[in-house]
Amino acid sequence: MREITFSQATLEAMDEEMTRDETVFVMGEDIARQGGIFGQFKGLPAKFGSDRVKDTPITETAIVGACVGAALAGMRPIADMHFADFVGVCMDEIFNQMAKIHYMFGGQKTVPMVLRAPDGLINQAAAQHSQSLESWFMHVPGLKVVIPSNPADAKGLLKSAIRDDNPVIYFEHKSLFSRKGPVPEEEYFTPIGKAKVVTEGSDVTLVSYSLCFNHALEAAQMLGKEGISVECVDLRTISPIDKDTILESVAKTSRLVIAHEAVKQGGVGAEISAIVAEEGIDYLDAPIVRVGAPFTPVPFAKPLEMAYRVTPQKIADAIRKMF
Amino acid sequence: MCAKPVTKKTPSSIKKYDKELLNHFYDVMSKIRFFEQNIQEKFLAGVIPGFVHVYIGEEATGTGIMSNLTKKDYIQTTHRGHGHTIAKGADPKRMMAEIFGKKAGFCKGKGGSMHIADFSVGMLGANGIVGGGYTLATGSALANKMMGKKEIAVVFFGDGASNRGTFHEAANMAAAWKLPVLFVCENNQWASTTPYRTTTSVEDIADRAQGYGMPGVIVDGNDVFAVYEAAKGLIENIRKGEGPALLECKTYRIGGHFVGDPEMYRTKEEVQKVFTENDPITRFETRVLAEKVMSQAELDEIKSNARKIIEEAVDFAMQAPEPDPAELYQDLYV
Ligand SMILES: Cc1ncc(C[n+]2csc(CCOP(=O)(O)OP(=O)(O)O)c2C)c(N)n1
Repeated sequence: MREITFSQATLEAMDEEMTRDETVFVMGEDIARQGGIFGQFKGLPAKFGSDRVKDTPITETAIVGACVGAALAGMRPIADMHFADFVGVCMDEIFNQMAKIHYMFGGQKTVPMVLRAPDGLINQAAAQHSQSLESWFMHVPGLKVVIPSNPADAKGLLKSAIRDDNPVIYFEHKSLFSRKGPVPEEEYFTPIGKAKVVTEGSDVTLVSYSLCFNHALEAAQMLGKEGISVECVDLRTISPIDKDTILESVAKTSRLVIAHEAVKQGGVGAEISAIVAEEGIDYLDAPIVRVGAPFTPVPFAKPLEMAYRVTPQKIADAIRKMF
Repeated sequence: MCAKPVTKKTPSSIKKYDKELLNHFYDVMSKIRFFEQNIQEKFLAGVIPGFVHVYIGEEATGTGIMSNLTKKDYIQTTHRGHGHTIAKGADPKRMMAEIFGKKAGFCKGKGGSMHIADFSVGMLGANGIVGGGYTLATGSALANKMMGKKEIAVVFFGDGASNRGTFHEAANMAAAWKLPVLFVCENNQWASTTPYRTTTSVEDIADRAQGYGMPGVIVDGNDVFAVYEAAKGLIENIRKGEGPALLECKTYRIGGHFVGDPEMYRTKEEVQKVFTENDPITRFETRVLAEKVMSQAELDEIKSNARKIIEEAVDFAMQAPEPDPAELYQDLYV
């Protein structure tokens, strides 16, 4: 199969969906003239014009708010957050408006929009440009939250998100944009709400997502050589979460590790642990283990950032201790 | 009621300026320029990580304004904050160490270029969040007023940042409560890849001052004398308790948005033209020589001293030790 970058994969999704449906448009800061900071909008302005690929003022509040309004009036907008860290600026538009309108108004109107949010650690970008904030949004009913780990899912999930009639937050890890992977040439969709067992194993279930899922695969490879058989589950969607796939896997392996780049406290791992404790405690032969970032903001200096990062080694070490 | 913003012209003569202030202007502008040139070089060589935004071409603005402040006045700056920080009197060694991610940096290496602060000189922080500073400066001004202090707070922001909603919220609060805040817009024409005219409803950001009932002044931001005098007038009134003001400095961002920016959105000629015709440092040199208030020898001496101080800062930062990984957990709570 051909290999393309994560960034190109998202670009194809945008291109296909914007070609198919004229109501799909995108707006954000600095996306038109230079194609987006991570090249994720390159070529779109030339093809679709500046009305459908819109550079906005610096105003996350009005970007998201206007997308919600446009969605109510019949468009299918995509809002670009530049860096996921800036969602704080437009939280009200996200959790009080975008997320609640369909339910609160008795299902009269849908809010078919996507909020694209490049997140995660890259190049020592420090405290306000490096965060992984996905768990905030799994606490908000009404939102769907997807978070691909590779180019194929990046394309498939973005296409599904654009076609979904619910508001979807699409987290894309900044360090993934330049990574290549196989992507089918024919049209396909990655279903929202479905996790994927990527490598089967029998000793321990390792649940992860986004860039960190790639670390999980590496850890599994190391451990495989040491005789520990790891089943790697790529979550892909964190809300609604695919309980069944997780529980089935834990039923088989009897051990559960969750790894993510985000801060461990109050993270996605906590929710998964609780689900398994409530609905699958009898499957477990060992306490659940979570690997996540320490409870600090992201530091700048290299040794500090290295200490902060979740790495394949840290995941492997955590798993070794279970045996 | 406040009228339309006025444009403050450059003084007709600079003969009245005392030597110390002239030297100070040139010293600070030269230090900023050398500082930023070294940063560019080290970033492109891969020695400095993260994102860095330099202030080349805008030196007159920060220098002119900060020359009206004491260390007890507060400033809030932005992602493009090195120049303001130097002009406020912070030690370039510790700034450089911070940008290199070293323990001797102002923030022990935890912050980096976008998050430098030196509270000892009233520099309350750079900000990675565009438009994050307005409300904080307003609050610091509120505290000063509540505590009966005469010091003020100055918040710097770009043309791009002027479109954040926080501008409105802070400007209204500061004006309604007559707080000692100076809002300084450094209109360098560009917000990252976007020309400000394509996303901004007014030609002059200072026009917005009227809506809050505060005075608005426009000034040539590449003329340190004009900036100094415009800020002086506004700051005197703010110190008297007359409430906030908005100063718009028209300038130009000579460098890319960040170091390493491919700058596909503008031509090299556009940039070169400004640099040739409107470099604030060259303009200062030309003027002080023409009016014979400084000699070439005096300029040379200040410049070479500034270069030396910045080179020492680079050496200091290069040799300084990195923080220990265990420091990751320090300073989360007191
Ligand atoms: C809330 C927020 N939105 C977007 C950004 C990304 N960003 C950083 S600097 C910048 C442009 C700022 O332009 P301006 O305010 O004019 O300042 P300049 O860079 O020209 O000094 C943008 C969009 C950010 N850091 N914070």
